[in-house]
Amino acid sequence: MFLHEARLKRQILLDALFRNMTRVAALGVLLLLGSILFSLVMGSMPAIHAFGFGFLKSPDWDPVNDKFGALIPIIGTLVTSGIALLIAIPVSFGIALFLTELSPRALRRPLGIAIELLAGIPSIIYGMWGLFVFAPLFGDRIEPWINDHLGTLPYVGPFFSGPPMGIGMLTASIILAIMVIPFISSVMRDVFEVVPPMLKESAYGLGSTTWEVVMKVVLPYTKVGVAGGIMLGLGRALGETMAVTFVIGNAHELSKSLLNPGNSISSALANEFTEAVGELYTSSLIELGLILFFITFVVLSIARFMLYRLGRREGKAS
Amino acid sequence: MFDLYTKRRLTNTIGLGISVAAMAFGLFWLCWILWTLLDHGLPAMTPVVFAKMTPPPGSAGGLVNAIYGSIAMTIGGTLIGTPIGIMAGTYLAEFGHRGWLAPLTRFINDILLSAPSIVIGLFIYEVYVVHIKHFSGWAGTLALAIIVIPIVIRTTENMLRLVPSTLREAAAALGAPQWKIINFVTLRAARAGIITGVMLAIARISGETAPLLFTALNNQFWNENMSQPMANLPVVIFQFAMSPYEDWQKLAWAGALLITVSVLALNILARMLFRQSSSTH
Repeated sequence: MFLHEARLKRQILLDALFRNMTRVAALGVLLLLGSILFSLVMGSMPAIHAFGFGFLKSPDWDPVNDKFGALIPIIGTLVTSGIALLIAIPVSFGIALFLTELSPRALRRPLGIAIELLAGIPSIIYGMWGLFVFAPLFGDRIEPWINDHLGTLPYVGPFFSGPPMGIGMLTASIILAIMVIPFISSVMRDVFEVVPPMLKESAYGLGSTTWEVVMKVVLPYTKVGVAGGIMLGLGRALGETMAVTFVIGNAHELSKSLLNPGNSISSALANEFTEAVGELYTSSLIELGLILFFITFVVLSIARFMLYRLGRREGKAS
Repeated sequence: MFDLYTKRRLTNTIGLGISVAAMAFGLFWLCWILWTLLDHGLPAMTPVVFAKMTPPPGSAGGLVNAIYGSIAMTIGGTLIGTPIGIMAGTYLAEFGHRGWLAPLTRFINDILLSAPSIVIGLFIYEVYVVHIKHFSGWAGTLALAIIVIPIVIRTTENMLRLVPSTLREAAAALGAPQWKIINFVTLRAARAGIITGVMLAIARISGETAPLLFTALNNQFWNENMSQPMANLPVVIFQFAMSPYEDWQKLAWAGALLITVSVLALNILARMLFRQSSSTH
């Protein structure tokens, strides 16, 4: 009798121990985020003191005179990611549509894996391929055409005229687009698959074409999830480092033309951080990292909220 | 003009045609990149790559120190990150039904999952490299571990949720305490899925470059000491590819092929493993 009670007590103790060990690990994740934020803020303190909010608006980047501003890298990051999304959204939608509605059953899995493999290729490979293969070709063949045809248009012309060097903001955007296509399309495919077959079959039964079913039934049903997937892709594009660093050209200049070299937050960090001398220089770069973390945090939070919302509705429906 | 029926048919054909074109567009890049890698990488893939150290510009050499460093840091990062990830994932799946901790952790974890890896490099630089005053293999290992944790948490939670609760109830009815149920029944039932997650995490970190730039840096020599700067494939590829020397660029292609082949092989292996185990259930 006594022995049994002692055993029971031991198991209860072990239970509590195990539960608390896992809880500490979960708390660790929160702590990790907290310490990332804290250390970045501490690291960027000298720059915050020196430049204040002007840091965000200033286009200066002058290591010699210790004058720094984040405007050019911020614009570079936002512009390249924005253009990347413009290219990636329609393509990803097409891929998701193909994988859920059109593909023969036997091909669905291999093609899905092929697209996911595109996501698995390390970003440095995209960068190398971009620098050695894509950029020269783009500069020789496509950019002169862009110059001649888009560069002469009114209003948008200045964005598309510039030296056809191959490297630059537009090249970086295209490579970013290729990189985020697999992320967006696999989220889209997953959310398309949660549409109840009954809904689609009813629409087909009324005589809809596949295209009508997708546009009028599937998309309205999944729009929150689709938007979430797009935001997720945006989050990836904003923080992508290596692929952009190779092809963006790394110039701290603000120019209207997308064909000119530019800079993004992550490429500035990758290029300059280990070579930065002086407290203010390092700290300005860390503040850039903080800004990047903040932007991606907001974007990814919105993405998650949207995907959760779709998930909840899914839970209610079943 | 077209009547309504023809118009709808036409829209449908065009829309679906564009969808097929999009799929082809996606596959086109995959094939082009892989072909480029084989084209440039295979000629550079000589036995010397696996036998010699990274050379100074202008002389022949290999990548063996970088390969060693990459493997050491990847293993280290996985060994540190996996247990933490599995434990936290277990908490989310098994104990996280009530309270604020689980939903918050889940949310933060999903954000860390796609947080920019270069920021993680900055973080380790700030909290570790600055204090010991030099770059080191351990710093790189820690940065990689931080990337592993969210991936493992996500897959562990998902896989544990797939385990039917009847299994847990059966074990509980036999009188097993909860820690035994989780360790010997549910975690074991979810084993294949969790291993898949770990393999995907390894695939992810073996190609990561950005977090290693400010942590492990690089080293031209053979180095087994994790507290010294350590050569690793991604950073060597970055440096060599950006350099104007042809020898270096050739080595960078060899390294790129090596990394891609191992990452893709891990990815495919993980999927095959998961598929096999889920079909036997």
